Amino acid sequence: MVEAAPIETRAIAAAARAGVAVPGLIFGVLAALPAAAVMAPENYLLALGTRIMTFAIAAAALDLIVGYGALVSFGHAAFIGLGAYAVGILASHGIGELLIALPIALAASVLFALATGAVSLRTRGVYFIMITLAFGQMIFFTASSLAPYGGDDGLTIASRNTLFGLPIFKDPRTLYYIVLAALAGTFFLCRSIVGSRFGRVLRGAKENATRMATLGFEIYRFQLVAYAISGALCGLAGFLLANANDFVSPAYMSWQRSGELIIMVLLGGIGTLYGPIIGAAVYLLIAEFLSQWTEYWQVIFGPFLVLVVLFGRGGLVGLFAQLTGKRHG
Amino acid sequence: MSSLLFVQILNGLQLGVLLFLIAAGLTLVFGVMDLINLAHGVQYMLGAYLAVTFYGLTGSFLASLVLALVATLAFALALELLVFRQLYARDHLDHVMATFGIILFVDQGVKLVWGAAPLSLPVPELFSGSVTLMGGLLYPVWRLVIIGSGLAVAVGLYVLVGHTRVGMLVRAGATNAPLVSALGVNINRLFMLVFGFGAMLAGFAGVMIAPILSVEPGMGDAILILAFVVIVIGGIGSIRGAFVAALMIGLVDTLGRSFAVDVLRLFMGPSPARTVGPALASMLIYVLMAIVLTLRPAGLFPAAGR
Amino acid sequence: MAEPVLRLEHLHKSFGGLLVIDDLSLEVAPGELHAIIGPNGAGKTTLINQISGLISPDAGRILFAGCDVTALPAHARAVAGLSRSFQVTSILPGFSALENVALAVQARSGSSLSMFGRAAEEDELNAPALAALGEVGLGQRAHVPAAQLSHGEKRALELAMALAMAPKLLLLDEPMAGTGREETARLVGLLRGLKGRFPMVLVEHDMTAVFALADRISVLIYGRVLASGTPQEVRADPKVAAAYLGDEME
Repeated sequence: MVEAAPIETRAIAAAARAGVAVPGLIFGVLAALPAAAVMAPENYLLALGTRIMTFAIAAAALDLIVGYGALVSFGHAAFIGLGAYAVGILASHGIGELLIALPIALAASVLFALATGAVSLRTRGVYFIMITLAFGQMIFFTASSLAPYGGDDGLTIASRNTLFGLPIFKDPRTLYYIVLAALAGTFFLCRSIVGSRFGRVLRGAKENATRMATLGFEIYRFQLVAYAISGALCGLAGFLLANANDFVSPAYMSWQRSGELIIMVLLGGIGTLYGPIIGAAVYLLIAEFLSQWTEYWQVIFGPFLVLVVLFGRGGLVGLFAQLTGKRHG
Repeated sequence: MSSLLFVQILNGLQLGVLLFLIAAGLTLVFGVMDLINLAHGVQYMLGAYLAVTFYGLTGSFLASLVLALVATLAFALALELLVFRQLYARDHLDHVMATFGIILFVDQGVKLVWGAAPLSLPVPELFSGSVTLMGGLLYPVWRLVIIGSGLAVAVGLYVLVGHTRVGMLVRAGATNAPLVSALGVNINRLFMLVFGFGAMLAGFAGVMIAPILSVEPGMGDAILILAFVVIVIGGIGSIRGAFVAALMIGLVDTLGRSFAVDVLRLFMGPSPARTVGPALASMLIYVLMAIVLTLRPAGLFPAAGR
Repeated sequence: MAEPVLRLEHLHKSFGGLLVIDDLSLEVAPGELHAIIGPNGAGKTTLINQISGLISPDAGRILFAGCDVTALPAHARAVAGLSRSFQVTSILPGFSALENVALAVQARSGSSLSMFGRAAEEDELNAPALAALGEVGLGQRAHVPAAQLSHGEKRALELAMALAMAPKLLLLDEPMAGTGREETARLVGLLRGLKGRFPMVLVEHDMTAVFALADRISVLIYGRVLASGTPQEVRADPKVAAAYLGDEME
């Protein structure tokens, strides 16, 4: 019998190289950006970069459960909203200390994830998609009706979180680097999870849940934990977003935002973790530049997305792999 | 008070019937082709916009209705050929992304073509009056027409799907499309038929509701979510389920919004009731969906074989 | 006999109006290879699914190693030592053969909640996995993605996964299904080598394999046990000959 075809091992080695090279490139670019920012009105590029990285955190977190666990959550923007509103609500009561706001933001996300995940994970396939959508909508409507906290119009945040009184988020450059660190942390955490025993169970459940059960794994429990972690990381993204925008509104958690998160993951390349980071960047950059060109940019962007689906398997990462000839046999 | 209740029940039925028209196409497409079509809402919206335009050209509601249906069908078939036919073999995530792109395109496109300002369509002369209900309340005839036409469509669908050969093929396709194809049926044509018909129903809903609501960009999005809740509660692939669930949701949502504050006032002060009430009312159908899915993970009337 | 490792008591199962398992009682003695044969539609796969916990019986009890597991979910039964293979190959196609088996080992080996460290490099998991792969003859194919294995190799992989679970009872649902003559002979040889290590329930259509391996045979017709005994007893039983073996010598 012939040993594994050389093409197979080549592809595996190529994937491993990409797994180092691509993130390295991404973080290199992101780290260097502030230096390049002198070419444009400085705060503009920094703000854009910060915004991209914040959504990249959420997209990577979503990829953890979508790409590796086959759990398509259509309500993930809810966690961003929870994190953001934690900041906003505390700020409106005069509490700006990071060491209070951040844990609360994370706790809110984890609790919501556990509560809704416990119910949602008993369903499969499209029912899971729908029920996560429903829970997202519930939070959306709750926020819209919070009149004391702005309701539909949203809540302005007078000042950003401080660490022991130090305004660490105030300077755009420092904020940028903090968010970059959070993104790096998220990426490597998710990376570690995926390769760990826990991650292998999650990935196994994606391949064949029945098989996993008959091997002795209680899949439900693993999925719930993964869902909670994913939610918490999105809560972190929301926390950072609120600090970056000085504003929070129910729009942060509309189902359209949840849809956009899924698009970012798919656009970049599902199941890679760095793909969603690229996807978030591409999505937001296109939106940003197209919208400056024409008010009706979505008329162009919409069909673009359709074309990516029809012709771009594996998202941008997959496309790039094809173009550079790293074909898989 | 009871006549107010009666009015709201009628409104709930009207919303329910509307949801049914939209959900029927959605559940068929999902059931037969296993396709998540987020863009179904734009068919509804286009129906309304096209009716407005055709009314401007013809001055006749009936003519506008017919022309709008034809145009909606044409658009749907074009979309099916260009995009959806390639999507049937792909997974749900691809469906989500592609149809999301279509929503963006049409929502903005509509602004380009018709402008962002809300438009309106007058109620046809014949039905523009009101009837007096018990308690002296006046109820618009047009709303009764909507209820009536929706029920007529429901009966028609029941006959069509349950008692004709085409309907049998559709039902068979909903449980096992590859088998139907293997039996020699032109599955592409069947899919096209299902897709086009579903789109027409949504367009019909849009035309009928246009005289009551304002026609504006994005009007399909909110109703789309409701329609998805309907088909999930009803059971994917089941027309009967869509009907039952649509009426249920129409009633729950309407009655909930009307009476939530009043009901809550029985338990708490007027001010907190006014704050919590609307939020709770909005969430009501989602809570309902969560409960149904917990008890029946495949909906109330799952199509056999799912 | 000594305390049976598996005892099925008066199992019933209907799907809609169709009675698939009809007052079925069966015992598997420790160490024996117990074959279950019967025509298609006799309920064999349903029975295996009930024993492994994927389906619940409408009535009756399932006792495994003396404990009533009737209400226990599938994963708990697996942890208790009940291992199975599937009639339609059920492996993890995206994983390599080694990773498939390593997962089976992982289920037995401490906590899987650990989120750090690279599971693929753990010797604690890979060593027993490689050993199991070696036993079924897949030692050289350890790093091949499971989807690319031949049909017979996938069957062997399922067996390796079942072995890696250090089972107290192994359920085999038509392991020879779809395998050619050479592969079948190889699997028979493999199973013969495993006899005595742990009890096995073998559901099979291939009569040569059944008579070569079984210590006892139970014949399933219309959801109930028609006859049960040694291969010679079953072969000689006129009821069985009339109902099954007579017109189905594969």
